Amino acid sequence: MSDTLLKTIFGRLTLESFPIHEPIILGTFIVVALGGVALVAALSWFKLWRYLWTEWFTSVDHKKIGIMYMILGTIMLLRGFSDAIMMRLQQAMAFNNDGYLNAHHYDQVFTAHGVIMIFFVAMPFVTGLMNYVVPLQIGARDVSFPFLNNFSFWMTASGAVTVMASLFVGEFARTGWLAMAPLSGLDYSPDVGVDYYIWALQIAGVGTLLSGVNLLCTIIKMRAPGMGLFQMPVFTWASLVTNVLIIAAFPVLTAVLAMLSLDRYVGTNFFTNTGGGNPMMYVNMIWIWGHPEVYILILPAFGVFSEVVSTFSSKRLFGYTSMIYALIVICILAYLVWLHHFFTMGSGASVNSFFGITTMIISIPTGAKIFNWLFTMYRGRIRFELPMMWAIAFMLTFVIGGMTGVLLAVPPADFQLHNSLFLVAHFHNVIIGGVLFGMFAGINYWWPKAFGFKLDKRWGTISFWCWVVGFWVAFTPLYVLGLMGVTRRLRTFDDPSLQIWFIIAGIGAAIIAAGIGAMLMQFYVSIRDRERLRDTTGDPWGGRTLEWATSSPPPAYNFAFTPVVHDLDAWYDMKSRKASRPTEGFRAIHMPKNTATGIVLAGLSTVFSLSMIWYIWWLAAISFAGVIGYAIFHTFNYDRDFDIPVDDVRRFEDARTKALAAAEV
Amino acid sequence: MAQPLFRSLRLWPLAAMPLLGACSTVVMDPAGDVARQQSHLILWATGLMLLIIVPVMILTVLFAWRYRATNEDTDYDPDWDHSTGLELIIWSAPLVIIVALGALTWVGTHTLDPYRPLDRLAEGRPLTPAVRPLEVQVVSLDWKWLFIYPEQGIATVNELVVPVDRPIRFRMTSSSVMNTFWVPSMAGMIYTMAGMETRLHGVLNRTGKFEGRSGNYSGAGFSGMSFWTYAVPETRFASWAANVRRQPRRLDVPTYLKLERPSERVRPIGFGGVDPRLFERVVAMCVQPGTPCMDMSGHGMQKGVNNRAPRPGEAEGALTREPHEKGSSPHLSAPPGPAPGARDPGHRANRNLTWALPPRGPIARASRAEA
Repeated sequence: MSDTLLKTIFGRLTLESFPIHEPIILGTFIVVALGGVALVAALSWFKLWRYLWTEWFTSVDHKKIGIMYMILGTIMLLRGFSDAIMMRLQQAMAFNNDGYLNAHHYDQVFTAHGVIMIFFVAMPFVTGLMNYVVPLQIGARDVSFPFLNNFSFWMTASGAVTVMASLFVGEFARTGWLAMAPLSGLDYSPDVGVDYYIWALQIAGVGTLLSGVNLLCTIIKMRAPGMGLFQMPVFTWASLVTNVLIIAAFPVLTAVLAMLSLDRYVGTNFFTNTGGGNPMMYVNMIWIWGHPEVYILILPAFGVFSEVVSTFSSKRLFGYTSMIYALIVICILAYLVWLHHFFTMGSGASVNSFFGITTMIISIPTGAKIFNWLFTMYRGRIRFELPMMWAIAFMLTFVIGGMTGVLLAVPPADFQLHNSLFLVAHFHNVIIGGVLFGMFAGINYWWPKAFGFKLDKRWGTISFWCWVVGFWVAFTPLYVLGLMGVTRRLRTFDDPSLQIWFIIAGIGAAIIAAGIGAMLMQFYVSIRDRERLRDTTGDPWGGRTLEWATSSPPPAYNFAFTPVVHDLDAWYDMKSRKASRPTEGFRAIHMPKNTATGIVLAGLSTVFSLSMIWYIWWLAAISFAGVIGYAIFHTFNYDRDFDIPVDDVRRFEDARTKALAAAEV
Repeated sequence: MAQPLFRSLRLWPLAAMPLLGACSTVVMDPAGDVARQQSHLILWATGLMLLIIVPVMILTVLFAWRYRATNEDTDYDPDWDHSTGLELIIWSAPLVIIVALGALTWVGTHTLDPYRPLDRLAEGRPLTPAVRPLEVQVVSLDWKWLFIYPEQGIATVNELVVPVDRPIRFRMTSSSVMNTFWVPSMAGMIYTMAGMETRLHGVLNRTGKFEGRSGNYSGAGFSGMSFWTYAVPETRFASWAANVRRQPRRLDVPTYLKLERPSERVRPIGFGGVDPRLFERVVAMCVQPGTPCMDMSGHGMQKGVNNRAPRPGEAEGALTREPHEKGSSPHLSAPPGPAPGARDPGHRANRNLTWALPPRGPIARASRAEA
């Protein structure tokens, strides 16, 4: 076959694109492949395919989609953390030698670590929690657009699949997690890495944006009667603000990546060094998305902590209204600070001061929130269950991260600390100490709601201490190294006096690894001992918001009767007024039907993105036409709803009546 | 269940150790006046914020302990959720701190603006306008630093020698991707960007050997993109410059075009002469003979935007390529075989350089000049 024909069919994909001469990666690939085959075989043997397909993959139930997001985030956390361990090892050993990773490999590792942790760990966790909790908290039966929700999830998963594919076919970007131009342009990164980056984020970005639209509509339109905006639980408020941020920020990312792909595919000159391109514009635009993005991650965590602190202090949240205004102020200011990521690019002193000061102003509402949690604890009855432990660890860790953040917002200080390991320590301090601790608090808090049993406390406590201690051991040395003038993304070092700090950081990473292990063990032990940990009341923590009013796990329809809200903390209000649960008068419930369209469209999109990455134009054209065609085809599907028969509702609710009566005794 | 939380308290003395260790670092105890003022600003800002951070941390631990569920002796007020007075304090306490910090920032940012010529050598040593700063033109190349001394008519690679206590004006640009020029002992970092000129002013107040490097990831050879900065007395600087000027090598256009190609861990090189228009031509992206220089006469933001036309042979959009031009993208954690490096500086595989042999050149170390 002629070369031209081969290139037309396979693009730039050749046999060499597979890791046939790379023993480590080939080994990983074989293990993953064998694991995959074993999984497929097991699923077939136990005849689980139909169950997974009908009950999960095609489900439009927000609760199941939420759980799938959390599973995706957990799997990707393992991948992203493996990258972290590889970096810590390299940096701990590469003193006046080459270490064990060459530049080509190491640069992919740190890029993949950042991309995966932000887009495919933190984002799925945040979206998953919002998806699961928000409709329950506002007394809704599902989100506004249930099919869109399923489609959003699969698009996010498709992005994750694309990133994972780069591990085994071709390579990932070697540019750092934001793929700054001009380094990410065709002149300096001609290979598939940056294309993997672009398409993974574009496809996942579709999912994120649509899920933002969906949740925003849900919160605006589907609240239970009586629940005004200022009767919404704080987590719902945080989700509302987050989704406003998503809708306003993600299109910017889409646009900037679209322009970068035009540079790479069509030969335009948006961000090139030549032809009128301006790489500084890329830096500006990516941070106009990038800074709101960090609030997209942290605000839901703030929401979780508000719920957790109030519940476990057995007390109303202090300063609800000021909490909400703090959220709104943060939401607005999030768009006025992006330049603080590049004070060092030569803006004038007045511009730098402006962005420095707006950044500092954000710490006022954030500080107010910390105080509000503090005074929620004041005169409370604090129960140190796992979610509350995470909340206190957060309060003690996050204030330090906030402080170093404000320090970095002082432009002259930033001239010395920009891009240093001090910066790396700062953002891990707020992302691990804020976002991740928040997600862990949320997982421990809502797990009993999702599955009907609590998580094991012993393993949870082990995991908690490993994470908290491991975090400080891993990142305090990086603060110090930053002050020693060590920049990020370095692969080798000359100064042997630095080595001890990197070794300590490596030990910290190992402690965190133990924390992740303990967390997986916690899940395993809890599932194994689920009868011991069973909660039949649906309200194991003495909850205050509506999600605790229904059973655990909630039925597909969430609430047999739409609750009517009279006060903030609606469920606490019902409990204290001894509202009785209706036990008759049920009606059939109208619900959306499952559909495979989401997974089909996302599958076709994956094919499209992979063929664009590898320059296989014919396949790209076909799969793109497939996406459009199938989406149009789906609009003719009128069979999209059904009624849960009244008998099923009655049977389920009667069983719950019995369970509640048994629990009372 | 409050106990485990408090076990962590015993770890606090340990946590203080790195804090003490951090005080003697290069950022906190630098040799140059600008960096010293920046370190003072870091300390002031940290101190101001600790005013509020420390009480919050103490209160967190205190409240968590005092209001634990097992402690029946404290008040329990489940419906207490508002206090206007407290809210006022909650919002105004951080506000006061930020107002103070904001004022500090405004003043500090203007006095320490990297574009602003220095007005003092150090605390209590003001500069007269008569003192002319030393100009050094900096070009970040893949992956080495070129320093041109227009006054002395010399240039060096990966070695910066400056007279002590004389203000230095850096004019900086890049030949390809972005880097930041950073000598932590002297002043902060500023980006170097192709087709653009950025500025930095600094001074070193004591003699010695200081590390400098790129602070912004720029590709495979980034880790090796460091250089030594020597601060030497004025007389020694003059003899060093004279020594370099005797080097036979000249940095003319063909030499620059060879030098600009990717290479890494390049040993210091000295050039006895420099094309005087070289830096301007690098900024205007017209070093290559026959390339029209960028129009720098534009106005406003458009000035200096990279409007050089692409040259034939530069990368072309993927969709417009013939099948045989698609190339291939192998799965490799290293390039096949060693990159040719200095043997074939223009080779595409040199973008993947990881540890190639640096081109050897006449070395003019300050250490030698000192000897």
